[in-house]
Amino acid sequence: MSGRGASGAKPAAVALPLSRPSLTRGPPSPAEGGGKAEAPQNIWPDALRAARLLATDPHGFGGAVLRAGPGPVRERWLDTLRAMLPPGTPWRRLPPGIGDDSLLGGLDLAATLAAGRPVARAGLLAQANGGLIVVPMAERLPPGIAARLAGALDTGTASESPARFGLVLLDEGEGDETVADALADRLAFRIDLTGLGVAECDTPAVATDIDPGDPEADPLGTLCRLAEALGVASLRGPILAGRVARTLAAEEPVGTDAITAAARLVLAPRATRLPVPEEAMPEEAEAPPPPPAEDGPPEDTTDPAPADAAQDRVLESVRAAIPAKLLDQLLAGGVRLSAAKAGRVGQPAAARTGRPIGSRRGDPRRGRLDLLATLRAAAPWQALRRAAGETRPIVVRRDDLRIRILRQRTETTTVFCVDASGSAALERLAEAKGAVELLLAEAYVRRDRVALVAFRGAGAELVLPPTRSLTRAKRGLSGLPGGGGTPLAAGIDAALSVALGVRRSGSRPVIVLLTDGRANVARSGEGGRARAGAEALQAARALRAAGMPALVIDTGARGEGARAVADAMAARYLVLPRADAGLLSAAVRAAL
Amino acid sequence: MPTFPFSAIVAQDEMRQALLIAAVDPSIGGVLVFGDRGTGKSTAIRALAALLPPMRAVVGCPYNCDPDSPAESCPHCASLPGTRRKSEKKPVPVVDLPLGATEDRVVGTLDLERALGAGVKAFEPGLLARANRGFLYIDEVNLLEDHLVDLLLDVAASGVNTVEREGLSLRHPAKFVLVGSGNPEEGELRPQLLDRFGLACEVTTPQDIATRIAVVRARDAYERDPEGFCAARAGDETAIRKTILLARERLPHLNVPDSALERAAQLCLALGTDGLRGELTLMRTARALAALDGAESVTDDHIRRVAPAALRHRLRRNPLDESGSTARVERALAEVFS
Repeated sequence: MSGRGASGAKPAAVALPLSRPSLTRGPPSPAEGGGKAEAPQNIWPDALRAARLLATDPHGFGGAVLRAGPGPVRERWLDTLRAMLPPGTPWRRLPPGIGDDSLLGGLDLAATLAAGRPVARAGLLAQANGGLIVVPMAERLPPGIAARLAGALDTGTASESPARFGLVLLDEGEGDETVADALADRLAFRIDLTGLGVAECDTPAVATDIDPGDPEADPLGTLCRLAEALGVASLRGPILAGRVARTLAAEEPVGTDAITAAARLVLAPRATRLPVPEEAMPEEAEAPPPPPAEDGPPEDTTDPAPADAAQDRVLESVRAAIPAKLLDQLLAGGVRLSAAKAGRVGQPAAARTGRPIGSRRGDPRRGRLDLLATLRAAAPWQALRRAAGETRPIVVRRDDLRIRILRQRTETTTVFCVDASGSAALERLAEAKGAVELLLAEAYVRRDRVALVAFRGAGAELVLPPTRSLTRAKRGLSGLPGGGGTPLAAGIDAALSVALGVRRSGSRPVIVLLTDGRANVARSGEGGRARAGAEALQAARALRAAGMPALVIDTGARGEGARAVADAMAARYLVLPRADAGLLSAAVRAAL
Repeated sequence: MPTFPFSAIVAQDEMRQALLIAAVDPSIGGVLVFGDRGTGKSTAIRALAALLPPMRAVVGCPYNCDPDSPAESCPHCASLPGTRRKSEKKPVPVVDLPLGATEDRVVGTLDLERALGAGVKAFEPGLLARANRGFLYIDEVNLLEDHLVDLLLDVAASGVNTVEREGLSLRHPAKFVLVGSGNPEEGELRPQLLDRFGLACEVTTPQDIATRIAVVRARDAYERDPEGFCAARAGDETAIRKTILLARERLPHLNVPDSALERAAQLCLALGTDGLRGELTLMRTARALAALDGAESVTDDHIRRVAPAALRHRLRRNPLDESGSTARVERALAEVFS
């Protein structure tokens, strides 16, 4: 246990809210230490090596996702990276809420109006050509900006000027909040410094040059097979790893050690499954099939044993670099794909569509110009402005510009919180699943989203993160188990945390709680009706304090517990002991 | 750096076929590519455009007008003096439409520079104008705001962009092949919008190691020596270019027998697709494929090969039906062609 400071020290680095609900899958894993993850002493050297590589070719490697709370450790890594760059290399920070004109380049509005002729300026992407762009709070990057960054990474240009830059995405996300996959997939490195102490970063700069090791016959083939073994679906993984291996080896042929290092840096953080150990592979052991192109040295074809052994060694080393969290999740029963958050839709602040409800002062490139209002604003000043030999018929200044205010219909996200405990669970779950699918089928037209939290046994789990995809919903719901005690408080907590996340992303959450209200498991996971009931009411009051609209559907026969909970959360209350999917979705629709 | 050559794209046969068909007959109405990340969607579309022969366009026309097209249809060309317009060779444009693009940038808007600087009411063409006679590529089309998708599909269907805003009133040609891509797990397009796309294909990351290695190897070879890699495939590229050009010539003369039309109608009936768009697209797509094949007339085989791409996104949704749309098309094919 001594070697596993990484996950134990986590709360120190990230300030967690006090009543952070448990969203673990199933019971807390007994696997604390079960993962054979190497001690954190390897995290910092690996991070340094990634920095060294990134500094040599920011655009070629795309960049790095740096997951860490703000603090000295993150700063130290950034400082190190910056110091490694050749002097004069551009280093830019992406300001939040940047507009297209500043990002891609365009008209300098103030200068243009003053001069009376177009004045252009270079965008941030073009300014960063050859260097790096640091993106703070990357997990909350609007999809529009992420798409432009991804596009510029692909083409190496922004508005026709060269923009070959690398990205450092600073990911401060908690729990499920992660950087958009479309962007992260294009970057070679993912570094997780969460929970690393300053003391652990004192390693003097390690020798990053690699002894090439034994020459490897088919480096790309090996990396592809490794990626397959680790469940890395996207082919950008092995492509980037190949580039890293070649840079590390510095010269052909690429050696085993360079491949190992590349796989550790690039493939391990993308792993979605553990490689199957050799002895555990039954007859279907096709995982490492023979390479298709037999252009390796002859001894390789006659006796595959040495190559296999080499690959095993690589795999073992890579396995050690797989994030400890992944191991825990795998041991606790399956990894939740981080793709869940990839396509966050909707920007609340600047509505670009909808009904015009007036105009305000603003930059017409961030909204739609309201020409009449602009002229009206400029009109009273014309006599004054025309004074000094002005030739323009109308003099408009930046302060006169008006843009339309648009009001957008905000989308609704329905968070189902389903009691999956006890005997009636199966039936109730089936109906809830049916209701979710019916609501989703309607969401084609209404553009709404649905999420589902289930609670049973010792805790709650997020079965379906907010989605509007039927495909995803079906997959998420198909394997949902039922039975066990009723941890109502944990369920409400989890639903609240999902709903707060939904609200942060700009959509309107509604919680639908399906329960009979008879709580018998406390937040700690222990039994006991009295305490469980009190905690459930407490959680319900927290929901009300957050101003969360809610609907309680009582599935019990007698209905005392659920009523009290509904009152405590100031929710609408419905008794539907025999709820079927159709009735349920109709009730939810009526309540929205 | 030269574009990755089309002929070097490994696997993804359905997507390549769909793109070639769209290049032969742009009136089919665009291609929708749904699938995983990193499967070469954007590589394929850029590669196809680079492969097409350069087109003749009127010098200085922001809409890339064909010098042989009637001048009245384009606001720029109509304003030119004389009847003969100067032309130049231009590469076929591929315009990216990023997520979060404003309506202004897409349809065009009042030219602020000239309006404020010179007091002139002028139109600043948007992305639709730049995409005329080329390709408009939208990554993650399923995340694009609905009103923009509506607008795009409308323009793609009519080939004309009508602008009525900020005191401007004009129409300009905007004929392009719309290529959308996205991952259905992140949100789905409304069925009405799906139906407007001519073809839909599904791409997945290759599952067998041999193909995966082949993809990575090709990419690696290209990155190490782009010029050499492309030079080595110049012959293949020319062959594909010739096939497309020949197919375009052959297309108007292709014979579509009644039996083929009947098959198409039977298929659409069996699948219960709404409207006649399914049959129309199926017939046009089969004709384009026959032209690519160099066949004399459309046969059952052509219909069979294009049916999944032409129909799978037009099926009526049943949220509780577990089988995927591709499986349903295959089933109907087996029934009709039994």
